[in-house]
Amino acid sequence: MTTTVDNADVSRRDFLYIATGAVGTVGTALAIWPFVDQMNPDASVLALASTEFDLAPLEEGQSVTIKWRGKPVFIRHRTKKEIEKAKKTPLSDLKDPIARNLNLPADAKATDENRVKDGAGKVNEKYLVQIGICTHLGCVPLGEAGEYKGWFCPCHGSVYDTAGRIRKGPAPRNLDIPPYKYTTDTQIVIG
Amino acid sequence: MSGHSAYEFKNPVVRWLDERLPILSLVRGQLVDFPTPRNLNYWWTFGGILATMLVIQLLTGIVLVMHYTPHTSMAFDSVEHIMRDVNWGWLLRWMHANGAAFFFVAVYIHIFRGLYYGSYRSPREILWMIGVIIFIAMMATAFMGYVLPWGQMSYWGAVVITNLFSAFPIVGKYIVTWLWGGFTVGNPTLQRFFSLHYLLPFVLAALVFLHVWALHITGNNNPEGIEVKSKEDTLPFHPYYTMKDLFAIVVFLLVYAGFVFYSPWYLGHHINFEHANPLSTPAHIVPEWYFLPFYAMLRAIPNKLAGVLVMFSSLIILFFLPWLDRARAKSARYRPLYRQFFWLLVIVCLTLGIAGAQPAEGSWLLVARLATAWYFIHFLVILPVLSFIEKPRDLPASISEAVLGKDKA
Repeated sequence: MTTTVDNADVSRRDFLYIATGAVGTVGTALAIWPFVDQMNPDASVLALASTEFDLAPLEEGQSVTIKWRGKPVFIRHRTKKEIEKAKKTPLSDLKDPIARNLNLPADAKATDENRVKDGAGKVNEKYLVQIGICTHLGCVPLGEAGEYKGWFCPCHGSVYDTAGRIRKGPAPRNLDIPPYKYTTDTQIVIG
Repeated sequence: MSGHSAYEFKNPVVRWLDERLPILSLVRGQLVDFPTPRNLNYWWTFGGILATMLVIQLLTGIVLVMHYTPHTSMAFDSVEHIMRDVNWGWLLRWMHANGAAFFFVAVYIHIFRGLYYGSYRSPREILWMIGVIIFIAMMATAFMGYVLPWGQMSYWGAVVITNLFSAFPIVGKYIVTWLWGGFTVGNPTLQRFFSLHYLLPFVLAALVFLHVWALHITGNNNPEGIEVKSKEDTLPFHPYYTMKDLFAIVVFLLVYAGFVFYSPWYLGHHINFEHANPLSTPAHIVPEWYFLPFYAMLRAIPNKLAGVLVMFSSLIILFFLPWLDRARAKSARYRPLYRQFFWLLVIVCLTLGIAGAQPAEGSWLLVARLATAWYFIHFLVILPVLSFIEKPRDLPASISEAVLGKDKA
């Protein structure tokens, strides 16, 4: 009889311990979360509007850097030679065979065409739009520089080709293509 | 706490206080009567020098905050305001900036002293490990402080260092966004760095307290690398080591003052006099000199994740040092082979520092790779192997015998 009572007591106490511990743990986690999450981007940062850009004034061989979400975006009117070079490069020569184009499926191949495709599937190979941040540690690469006359990062020596694809150096990925769309033949909206 | 002071205070008021809060007997026991090995040389004064530098950094930092504004549109100007308008602002700012550099000078000497004399060996493992944590916390503090003036080097240093975390698969980019509070280094980043740069020195002070506590449990190591055996081996901390430390502190501060007054920007980068510009990376960005060896390791590895892991491992490996070195003698004085490898390690670390300041290409890249490899070989291969094959010289029977000679001891 005593044993039965003891057992009942013990299991009831175990339950109380576990329940109290669980409530305490969950409660603590819930209380900590605001202190962690306050560091994530706030509403004013997230509300940054999309950016429009008129491509028409950009001459062949000219580039501009504009700001989108506080980041530099490279827009380049590529020369015929640059496009030829980028198209001729076999995919097997690339360090990163993925397009890294946010307008395309995540596994799209890094062909030159896939690097200049917008959100609606429109291709204008003259205009290359990419986020101007080296995929190594975030420096801004220099244009028309490096072995492939594409982009060259002065910080740690990453070399990108004329389609912004990583060819040499420590960067792991091709330059990212931001989400964008042609609104007319010469007008784009980024974001 | 060996040698707890049994001192009885004569003054009745003091005794009344001490019976209720034994703070005075604690000071008496730990800072006055504390038995300290009689043979400590000047390499042992860097602990006191480091404590002094921490106090200087705290004091100058607290008053600088009275004039600094942590906002991207005003930070740069407020630092110039401190330099030009604030009474003695130039002095306080140069003391703080050069104070960080001299803090690292002292901490590197302190660490290499520990490596030479085997101060990390049993029973001082915890003391050593707290020291490694202090070193890492110091680096985080210095890095965030360097961002605050919001010049070009501040900005791009922050970009590169926070991007280190993007190397981790899957979670990396979320961590980086979380650190930034945006899609790039911006105002939220500056404000949180300011908050943490103010907090961390107090965390450092608490860690230093634990470091000294652990030290006072085991007592000091000493140049002979043998433990204290009798009263003959020790001297009271005061006045013997208070005076020795004080002398070393004065000499150290003289050199520091030389930089503060005559060459305050010698260790800085002129490009930081240019306002931060998120659209243009300076042609040659380098961290402060005290980070260069680690920066060289990061760049030596051609793979991003591997480079980051190697760099962090170079610090983590120090936690395991007490168990990697199992030699019979602690001090390099009695280890003829280890002594040579110690100096080779010093040269390798200096080489890494020089390589870190050069552009990452050509022969410097090769040098950085070889030096990085040797750094790890030293700890993972050389130390364990030496533990077995090295025959140490005969150790003296006691510290007093080593100091006074066999006859007098």
